[in-house]
Amino acid sequence: MHSTGQGRGMLPLKVKDRPIVRALLAAGCCARCALRFCCVGLQSAYRQSYEDLASELHAFVSAEPSSMEHGKSGDAPEKGPTERPPCKKMRLETAQGSGEGGDTEGIPEAHADADVDTTATAESKVCVACLGVLQYFCDKTYAKKVAEAVTAERYQFDSLVLSVSLPAQLSVREHSTWLLVKKLVRDKGACQDKDDIIQVKEAFKWIMNGLVSQELGVPVLAKSLFEVSVGFTHPETDEDCHFLATTCSDCFKPARNKLSVFTRMAVVKAVEKISEENFRRLFPCPPTHPATRCAALATQCLHVSVFVAGRYNKFSRTLPQTPWVIDGERRMESSVEELITAPLLSSFRSEGFNFSSSGREDVDVRTLGKGRPFAVELLNPHRAQFSKEEVRELQEAINKSSDKIRVRDLQIVTREAVGHMKEGEEEKTKSYGALIWTQRPIEKDDIEFIKDIKELKIAQKTPLRVLHRRPLAVRPRIIHTMTAQFLDAHHFHLNLRTQAGTYIKEFVHGDFGRTKPNLCELMKSDTDILELDVESVDVDWPPAIED
Amino acid sequence: MEVGEQRETPSVIDRYFTRWYKTDLKGKPCEDHCILQHSNRICVITLAESHPILRKEKKIQSINYQISAGCSRLQNKVSGKSKRGGQFLTELAPLCRITSTDGEEYTIFSCIRGRLLEVNEDILTRPNLLLEKPSTEGYIAVILPKFEESKSITEGLLSRAEYEDVVLKRAGVNVEPC
Ligand SMILES: [Zn+2]
Repeated sequence: MHSTGQGRGMLPLKVKDRPIVRALLAAGCCARCALRFCCVGLQSAYRQSYEDLASELHAFVSAEPSSMEHGKSGDAPEKGPTERPPCKKMRLETAQGSGEGGDTEGIPEAHADADVDTTATAESKVCVACLGVLQYFCDKTYAKKVAEAVTAERYQFDSLVLSVSLPAQLSVREHSTWLLVKKLVRDKGACQDKDDIIQVKEAFKWIMNGLVSQELGVPVLAKSLFEVSVGFTHPETDEDCHFLATTCSDCFKPARNKLSVFTRMAVVKAVEKISEENFRRLFPCPPTHPATRCAALATQCLHVSVFVAGRYNKFSRTLPQTPWVIDGERRMESSVEELITAPLLSSFRSEGFNFSSSGREDVDVRTLGKGRPFAVELLNPHRAQFSKEEVRELQEAINKSSDKIRVRDLQIVTREAVGHMKEGEEEKTKSYGALIWTQRPIEKDDIEFIKDIKELKIAQKTPLRVLHRRPLAVRPRIIHTMTAQFLDAHHFHLNLRTQAGTYIKEFVHGDFGRTKPNLCELMKSDTDILELDVESVDVDWPPAIED
Repeated sequence: MEVGEQRETPSVIDRYFTRWYKTDLKGKPCEDHCILQHSNRICVITLAESHPILRKEKKIQSINYQISAGCSRLQNKVSGKSKRGGQFLTELAPLCRITSTDGEEYTIFSCIRGRLLEVNEDILTRPNLLLEKPSTEGYIAVILPKFEESKSITEGLLSRAEYEDVVLKRAGVNVEPC
């Protein structure tokens, strides 16, 4: 079959498409939606100006019908095909660029009336299928608006992906329009697959990707770390979806964090499930004419998270790891997390963060040695690219900001690598140093036996101090080695290497006898822990960075 | 604690717990209980130092957590972070009965509303813990008050100062302390 595109001869439409296009335009579809429903996959066809496309399409439907379609399009709701003007005159009309398809000299009155039916009214009206998305928001003007919104956010990016969110009722209207096409095609003994229709989103991107790319000077790709989202709403037709709830109630289960049950996914599912008969009975086909066009939502930008890892020392016994808030009131003025993340947030110009670490220490515990591995996920960073030198400067900035903590091995890592930090956390060993008080006066010899204790198995009930938020259990733990240095008659220094997850404080004071054996039993005296330091966390991630 | 071995730093109980008291339980003179409330709202029930068992240094004959034919505190089991399945106790729910060798029986009560988390099984095999370490290893039970009641449960209890007052007045009235 040969292409019968009129005017510039660009449209890859076939003779058999003519009654379909005619019916679609008469039903109130815009020119681009008419192409979509004819499954035209030629992107350039959508990219030409809307006016040019409309007049070409107009010319196409006005052309003399072939014998094939003659007499078979009886139920198409427009005027009879015999009233179409001759090809020659139509060519003249489009060459003059009359996008409105209005009166043109030399065209008989009767034909002009026919034009009003199929094109003029369709164009003055908002499209029944796309609600105006492909009519009014697919041009340089809107691309400029999107680009301005992106530029105002001052992101650093070298490509972007454009995403579009459409009102849920578009799926209902799409289905209704598709049923119209399906009936026409079926009446001709042919068939067409709904999946071959070009989706609104797809057509939108074909047109807009290039325009937005031009405005911002970076490629618009199918995948990118930087996402620009545009969206549309159309309150006037929001209720289009409601009838689906009566036929597919299981598709619309109320969910927390959702404003409406009529999410796009739920509507798509319900439309797939509903029978054609029910759909036709409950929803007009073709869809009703909207009075208003859809409205554009504010353009949203999102850069994927950047992960920064390192190790920290904590030198203060009055600094919690994370902000300490009880009954909405702040207990300590700062935290390890805040001291580390404040400079990161401002440098990456990030909107938020998630802090994680390999274990944590109590507020009164110092972390010495090489420090504790940590990772920070920076959410929606406006700047994401830093050289090694810049990261080193960031580390210095953190270290200069406070003498309560110190950070080393700061580096940008992947999301996957952060998993290494949590791997085998339980199997790792940790080393501690503790200042011990004994009730019974001691001499040097009284603590000699401690170094001979190896691989001591202890049973720890969940400590009372964390029992309100952890399950009650008895956990076996191993204290691999201990050494003791005598200080005075009531004090000695104890070094311990233990399985990760051992509660050291409870091992020392016994926690009401709930950790067994405990140091009180070993020392045959009440003992208490006055100071505790983490000397090392044996997790070999992140890799060390040379100075 | 012997003289000269007073420590300069606060003990574990002083650091993390508030001491509350209930005296003369069920009208029985001097049967005083101590409730140690952790800052995380968990409560540990112990004998107060003025309880006859401690005051008179009784020898323990037996400790029984079977408080009725159908209910034993030893059957108590909790699971998960929310401590599902724990027995719910009201203020006057008995926790255990202690019999001394002189034939006296003392009932220890919950004193507060809350979920029973655990009872101290060690005192069954080593009853002397009750006398030697009444406020630590010789504790009776651990109870978790409801979050919304963590403040109100102590309203009917005596503070440390009020308790000391009661004990002092008691000594003044009775020449022979109980
Ligand atoms: Zn449209």
